[in-house]
Amino acid sequence: MAHMTTGSGLLLFQNLHVRKILRGFVSFFEWFGDLGVFFGRLVWATITPPYEVKEFLHQFDELGAKSLPLAALAGAATGVVITLSTRDSLVRFGAKSFLPAVAIFSLIKESGPVITGLVVSGRAAAGIGAELGAMKVTEQIDAMEASAVNTYKYLAATRVLACVLMLPLLTLVTDFCGVLTGWLTHTLMDGISLRLFLQHGFKGMTFKDFLPPTFKTMVFGVIIGVVACFQGMRTSGGTEGVERAATSSVVLASLLIILADVLLVRLILTFCS
Amino acid sequence: MQETQLKPGNGKKAPQVQVSLVHKSFGNQAVLKGINLEVARGETLSVLGRSGTGKSVLLKLIIGLHKPDSGSICVEDKEITKLPPKALNEVRKKIGFLFQQGALYDSLTVEENVAFPLQRHSSMSGEGRKERVRQLLAQVGMEGDAHKMPGEISGGMQKRAGLARALALEPDILLFDEPTSGLDPITAKEICELILRLQKERRITSIVVTHDMDGARAVSDRLALMKDGQVLIQGTFDDLRKSQDPFVNQFLSGSEE
Repeated sequence: MAHMTTGSGLLLFQNLHVRKILRGFVSFFEWFGDLGVFFGRLVWATITPPYEVKEFLHQFDELGAKSLPLAALAGAATGVVITLSTRDSLVRFGAKSFLPAVAIFSLIKESGPVITGLVVSGRAAAGIGAELGAMKVTEQIDAMEASAVNTYKYLAATRVLACVLMLPLLTLVTDFCGVLTGWLTHTLMDGISLRLFLQHGFKGMTFKDFLPPTFKTMVFGVIIGVVACFQGMRTSGGTEGVERAATSSVVLASLLIILADVLLVRLILTFCS
Repeated sequence: MQETQLKPGNGKKAPQVQVSLVHKSFGNQAVLKGINLEVARGETLSVLGRSGTGKSVLLKLIIGLHKPDSGSICVEDKEITKLPPKALNEVRKKIGFLFQQGALYDSLTVEENVAFPLQRHSSMSGEGRKERVRQLLAQVGMEGDAHKMPGEISGGMQKRAGLARALALEPDILLFDEPTSGLDPITAKEICELILRLQKERRITSIVVTHDMDGARAVSDRLALMKDGQVLIQGTFDDLRKSQDPFVNQFLSGSEE
């Protein structure tokens, strides 16, 4: 009897477990389906007139102003770290003279764009997710729709477009600060002039090395904007829901940026080298 | 449930808002179960009922913020459930909606909130718009608070500012979602007086969702009482008072179940 009870208990536990996993799968695909529908409506809202130029400029300014110091700081720190760690490796192999080139190539081709994407994701995705989430739970988005305003156009398209166009500009800031602190680090250790550092660093670099990695951040902008607007505009459940929207926006956007980068690096190497 | 309809609409006038056999569910929860309502032009209907009976959902269905699972909703002879977004927005311009908490845009000042619909949908010049906003704020007694942010004003003031915004486009229909909830009796009375004044001055068709029996009685031509996602009874306050239904009597007397 006791054996039977244990057996049926195990079966029930397994059933519950299987049901939980199935439910997880279903909600995962539901989320992607909803995201696809949202993206379709967003693209339509973005390309069809009237255009929300004023609100776009406001969002562009807001995003740029708030993310610029972070991008600069992150770039500066990355420049120092790359120079220090690369120098250590190169000294071991007796190739210290390659330090400017290795540091600058690494910064411009990969670290700068990805660091910018992740920093802006932390700043902007959380901000957009929380802002739209709060607007959703306090019925401000409903009020906007009741006022005959297309919220996809006014709220989402403007923010996504601001992210898309701002990311390459912020990447330039990150790259610039990284190169500058890279030189400072190098000169403090080995006394190299800025001119020599740049000459060695940019030797052999072409626009093919610079443009694709910089403009790939536009894809990161799409990810940040779309994920944050989507999570924000579907928020439910009061302040807890807003917190969930903000957190999930950052986590999902960061994760998708890293995954997208894998694909983009492969594509760039295939088509642009 | 058998609905008791004592006086549908005003009998003579064509309904400006007509809700027919509307069903609405969220997930497994059926909120509205075949609701019927008619509101004639210039009439004020109060929709009463316990919390969670779908009164606010009904208002959001009327303005097209939710789509019903089945049934039809006609606003000024237009079946809004089948309208494309552009045409639906044209209908929405004729409807003002006062949300439960005011729903003011918290990144804009009170003045900018009221100006928002005008900026979007009117061809007024900057000066004309400013003057109109000033008039609207004066109408709700908030001339001195134009430059305040929504977070700096009280709940009652937020509702008044929300009402000014709802009136900005001179709507033909006004929807009020709990206009007096959470307000002190004096402010609640002020809001009711404001609604009455609007009715007298502009003859706006209004649907008021409320728990406030006194307020509903003061502002309404007719009342509709909802229970379990359906309209249990509708008519004048006296009609409802004469009803033998225990739930109606209980609701009117405000006694606990």
